[in-house]
Amino acid sequence: MPLENAARMPAEAWDEIVVRVLKANEVKLITYVPDKVLAPLIKRVHADGFFTVLCPAREEEAAGIVTGAYMAGCRGIVLMQTSGFASLPNVLASLAVPYQIPLLMMISERGTLGDHQLGQAIVCRTMRPILESLGIEHHVITRLEDVEFIVERMIKQAFATQAPAAMILSPLLTNKTGKK
Amino acid sequence: MPAPEPGSASRDTAKLMNRSDLIQRLVAKLAREEAVIGGIGHTNHDLWASGQRPQNFYMLGSMGLAVPIALGVALAQPQRQVFALEGDGSLLMQLGALGTVAMSAPKNLAIVVFDNGVYQITGSQPTLTSYRTDLVAIARGAGLMQSAWAADEAHFDGLIDIALQGSGPWFIATRTDDQPPAGVTDRDATRIRSRFMQGLGVSR
Repeated sequence: MPLENAARMPAEAWDEIVVRVLKANEVKLITYVPDKVLAPLIKRVHADGFFTVLCPAREEEAAGIVTGAYMAGCRGIVLMQTSGFASLPNVLASLAVPYQIPLLMMISERGTLGDHQLGQAIVCRTMRPILESLGIEHHVITRLEDVEFIVERMIKQAFATQAPAAMILSPLLTNKTGKK
Repeated sequence: MPAPEPGSASRDTAKLMNRSDLIQRLVAKLAREEAVIGGIGHTNHDLWASGQRPQNFYMLGSMGLAVPIALGVALAQPQRQVFALEGDGSLLMQLGALGTVAMSAPKNLAIVVFDNGVYQITGSQPTLTSYRTDLVAIARGAGLMQSAWAADEAHFDGLIDIALQGSGPWFIATRTDDQPPAGVTDRDATRIRSRFMQGLGVSR
């Protein structure tokens, strides 16, 4: 990359920043259903004793575990890919939204910007309409320098307003900057 | 108290009991603010009817998630005993959760299943347990080795007593009859959530 841009870039990779912000906000319970793009983040949380890490069989289960933990005083997050998010609308509509649960979701956006899998591409188009129809706060993160701002602010707002939040990791972030 | 033999009953030999009665028996044993998660449908209606303890959580949707929600509570508060109450139809929707519980192996979690063999609330269409499916066999296969059919009420009481000693995870299955629930849960989700959190000593 050009030198003038390099000087402005954070020294950390996106996944390092996410781990730092999760810790700063006491988000201790990490649940995930695996995704190749999320793999560096998953590896990092597994290696860090601060976190309790669970890999259940389905995203719905992960959302249930994080909901239970929240109500018992422990903050958590669900990591998933786009297709996993598409399995969640019933749980979001009948648990997270009506019970006002600050369910944190971090979704690696598959099916766009060069994905070769047709199924991923189609399901990807359902994600934002679902989030919008449920009134769930969501932002896409495309640039490394925005990771801390968006993740930090979305976590704080979710807990302050008792509402779920979806942080979408674009390939612009994870593919362009994740391989440094 | 004689120690119950966890494997002595099968689904075929287990006595047909009453869900409302069993939930009242369970709740009557709770003296230490144990948390109880009532799954969707008649399960949480009967939990509601047993007395609205602040440590009860009633699911109004998200079918199949009583066990995951209970697991989250159990992980966050390892000193508190947690019960997940589910129906057979609900549990069949989220069987992977049994493996997740086996993996994380919380000593303070017990799953209690009321298997009436039907989706009672929607018109009693048969569930898979009315055919060949045995939920205790599935739980054992998922890695929950402490899994048992309750032979009768006394056996159920004994299994609950053991689970209350923090010896989990436990999977306790019961055969239940076709009686309707003893009440209907008040459908106020935010009130249920905030009261449950207060009951667990959590301020938001």
